[in-house]
Amino acid sequence: MVRVDGGRGSSSLIQVRGLDKKYQRGSEEIHVLQGLNLDVDKGDFVAFMGPSGSGKTTLLNLIGGLDVPSAGSITVAGDEITHMSRSKLTEWRARHVGFVFQMYNLIPVLTAFQNVELPLLLTKLSKADRRKHVETALAIVGLVDRTDHYPRQLSGGQEQRVAIARAIVSDPTFLLCDELTGDLDRKSADEIMNLIQRLMKEFGKTVLMVTHDPVVAQRADVTLHLEKGVLVEAAKPEGVTAGGLA
Amino acid sequence: MAIPVVYNPRSVKVRWTSAVVAVLGVAGTVGVFVAMLSLARGFKATLVSSGSSGNALVLRAGATAEIMGAVTLDEVKVLEDAPGVARTAEGPLVSPETVVVAPFPLRATGTDANVQVRGVSPRALEVRSKVKIVEGRFFRPGVAELIVGRNATRTYAGLALDNAVKFGGGTWSVVGVFDSGGTAFDSEVWCDGRVLNQVYHRPENVFQSVTVHLTSSDAFQQFKDAVTADPRMSVDISREVDYYDKQSRALTTLIVVLGSIVATVMGIGAVFGALNTMYSAVAERSREIATMRAIGFGAASVVVSFLIEALLISSLGGALGCVAVLPLNGFTTGAMNWQTFSHLAFAFRVTPALLLWGILFALVMGLVGGLPPAIRAARRPVALALRAL
Ligand SMILES: Nc1ncnc2c1ncn2[C@@H]1O[C@H](COP(=O)(O)OP(=O)(O)OP(=O)(O)O)[C@@H](O)[C@H]1O
Ligand SMILES: [Mg+2]
Repeated sequence: MVRVDGGRGSSSLIQVRGLDKKYQRGSEEIHVLQGLNLDVDKGDFVAFMGPSGSGKTTLLNLIGGLDVPSAGSITVAGDEITHMSRSKLTEWRARHVGFVFQMYNLIPVLTAFQNVELPLLLTKLSKADRRKHVETALAIVGLVDRTDHYPRQLSGGQEQRVAIARAIVSDPTFLLCDELTGDLDRKSADEIMNLIQRLMKEFGKTVLMVTHDPVVAQRADVTLHLEKGVLVEAAKPEGVTAGGLA
Repeated sequence: MAIPVVYNPRSVKVRWTSAVVAVLGVAGTVGVFVAMLSLARGFKATLVSSGSSGNALVLRAGATAEIMGAVTLDEVKVLEDAPGVARTAEGPLVSPETVVVAPFPLRATGTDANVQVRGVSPRALEVRSKVKIVEGRFFRPGVAELIVGRNATRTYAGLALDNAVKFGGGTWSVVGVFDSGGTAFDSEVWCDGRVLNQVYHRPENVFQSVTVHLTSSDAFQQFKDAVTADPRMSVDISREVDYYDKQSRALTTLIVVLGSIVATVMGIGAVFGALNTMYSAVAERSREIATMRAIGFGAASVVVSFLIEALLISSLGGALGCVAVLPLNGFTTGAMNWQTFSHLAFAFRVTPALLLWGILFALVMGLVGGLPPAIRAARRPVALALRAL
């Protein structure tokens, strides 16, 4: 269940409380997130929408431990990440977060296999076990025949599927997807969303996704809007508890 | 585990035009560095091999070079009777010598260069066993005949077998060519010491140095102690090798110091080249780096990865520089021997040790040029770098 009122106990997987983020640009202070609350349970699929510059990427970066908030707390599976040191946070990311970016962010000089293998290099898995995991992940995204291809030899949709394989290969606690279909045509976008939905349904993945595209957002269980630094529920009522508005 | 190493060579390959500048900078520096050192090494080796540990060189006390000495015939007699001196049926193996320099035109340029002319005893070949006649014959005692070193005959016009040459007011005929196995003697001209003294109007019984062949190299101390204890003698005695080692020092030091200065200046340039290449690599790949940081690679992994890349580029440069100077090995050149103001031929010696130094120097340049960009790569905030397209 997804809530935005911050009014529940500590049972949810991701728990965000009073999250504040200010950026300093010259003498100007930009107050992007203003006391934001969010609860996400295991297996939830949440879409974030909102105008450009509303702070969607900022929110994902904070939840993913890529940036630190100005105030507030983020707790994931009982770990409070807001007070972790940088190196602790790096280790935490490797264990818990799978990132999928708009521009795929594959390493151009590494093959599909090597790109997907990257997160596993941070684990204690043997070379043989790594190979098995990579092959499984590439099979899930339907790219076993592209193992040794370089990113430039793949279409945008294929590149994004490799990126998804890389995000899931180490079986992270949740996936963070920022505009993952932003650079794709309708057809490829649909395929990618089918894949994400399958990951969620078959493998019980927890997915937090930012998108501009209402069609894409509809695939999620819940769509939340980022407005004036806090999250509000969209019209679609299912999946959101009553009184969820902050 | 670290960022896979294949990431670095492949990235370098993709942006090879940028790497070429750094590679060439390092290659040039290492090339000059190794060339200078092998020049010094060659010069030293030539002089040092001239001396034998089984020979002692006797000079007037206080004289630092042969050409400054004065040893009298009486003193030569004492030396001949000293313990430790090798003897044959014809007597002791002792060569009282006089050295002068005479100008001869260089074959290459036609300009004059000073050749060291050594007046030796007729037993000189027995005293210096490395020296062999390879063409013609040895000079006859008491006759104005010359034998010339193998480099001297090649380097100077006129010093060919059977030629007559004029110097010091006399006319000499070249009767033989000798080979001393690549030592300094190969650049010399030898004749009978007594004839040389006459032609140059020098006192007949005064020599500049005496080279003594010892019964063995162990006999040196015994010989030296006996001669030094003799109140009639006022001479300095050293092993021939040590003397030539000392002779080589001034120029070797000069070459090494000059070489180091040049290499340092070039090295600073090469480091800037490496810095430039690596900074632009870091800038161009900031999103790749941020992605790897997001995945969970630590700051240290990023630093190590970019250091590996810098070291890869610099060792490539180092190897190229070494390969470029390799053909210099054995290449013969000439230089002034500053102790005697005569011309000395010697060859570059590119040894494995020098090549190793060259590679090491390259790695140091890579490290210095790679560390600041590597640190910058690791410090860049991940969220910020991910936004940059
Ligand atoms: N490092 C930064 N320094 C200063 N301002 C920043 C920084 N990062 C983001 N901002 C500002 O914070 C605001 C929110 O940015 P953010 O990228 O989170 O928006 P977004 O909702 O993801 O926008 P978009 O839909 O265009 O991706 C913007 O006004 C942006 O300019
Ligand atoms: Mg954004």
